[in-house]
Amino acid sequence: MYTTDVKQGLHAETVMMTGANGDQINAFFARPLGDGPFPAMVLAHHMPGWDLLYREFTYKFAHHGYVTISPNLYFRAGHGTPEDVAAKVRADGGVSDDSAVGDLAGAAKYLTTLPYVNGKVGIFGTCSGGRHAFLAASRTTEFNAAIDCWGGRVVMAAEQLNEKAPVSPLNYTKDLSCPLLGLFGNDDSNPTPEQVNLHEAELKKHGKTYEFYRYDGAGHGFFYHYSPAYRQAQAVDGWQKVFAFCEKYLSS
Amino acid sequence: MCTMIVEKVKIEGSGKGATGWFSLDQANVSYDHPFNAPLEHALNIDFVNASQGPYARVAVELSESAARELVKTILAVLDQAQAEGHL
Repeated sequence: MYTTDVKQGLHAETVMMTGANGDQINAFFARPLGDGPFPAMVLAHHMPGWDLLYREFTYKFAHHGYVTISPNLYFRAGHGTPEDVAAKVRADGGVSDDSAVGDLAGAAKYLTTLPYVNGKVGIFGTCSGGRHAFLAASRTTEFNAAIDCWGGRVVMAAEQLNEKAPVSPLNYTKDLSCPLLGLFGNDDSNPTPEQVNLHEAELKKHGKTYEFYRYDGAGHGFFYHYSPAYRQAQAVDGWQKVFAFCEKYLSS
Repeated sequence: MCTMIVEKVKIEGSGKGATGWFSLDQANVSYDHPFNAPLEHALNIDFVNASQGPYARVAVELSESAARELVKTILAVLDQAQAEGHL
């Protein structure tokens, strides 16, 4: 438990890392000061981009004792303000699932080479990042815990599949390689409560370790303090669930 | 992306962005999370020059009702221009 006489600090900077297809992409990295060993966390940013919110999340996890990296999943779209880049990616139909999974797996590998990491890596994402976190935890064995915050399009109908997303992430549930935490708002339209039900049923069917929490009075993005979507009570509870889950599965 | 509802259309014209006027060659129209409008989803229009960098963009984010009114207004203005012999 933190007390006010404890010395704290963190180091944060932009780094380059190896992502999908061996590409060098940039990422935002933050680590607690000290020898560790510390658990680690990969952050899969949301649709609005590799933005200030994900800088804040990176600092937040580092403050809580996690060596954290947030790769720029939109690196290949070029550079500009985070919004301009995200708008370009939106127009192009998003990044491919292969690209996102490759970048997130590369981020995990980056962390596990660090001498002050305890060997355990979690992955956290919100919105499309939640979907990517689930995908990466199901298509790779790099992660010891996965956190999917309101990821839409985990359950995809056949007509939604395309070249960039050829397989519904639901179909990868059987290969989920670590415990999964899911946080969802019951007023969300993507995913709907019915889609979350389908996801939960598939997890149960395959005997996966998971915890799903669904919040009344909350929709999509209820952690986003800058947005009308913010829900104070649900966000406070949600973050407590996140850090309890991380402590349970990522501690030394 | 979240809804994946997006269409692109080739256009001609000019847009005024953060660094001044630039030529437009495409409009990207989506119904998805906005960056700024206080809505869960918005009708987003990005007027861009696709051959330039991501910065070559003029963005608007509209509510569904505003977008529908805008469509009607654009068509009404064009109809009037045609009726008065300008087209």
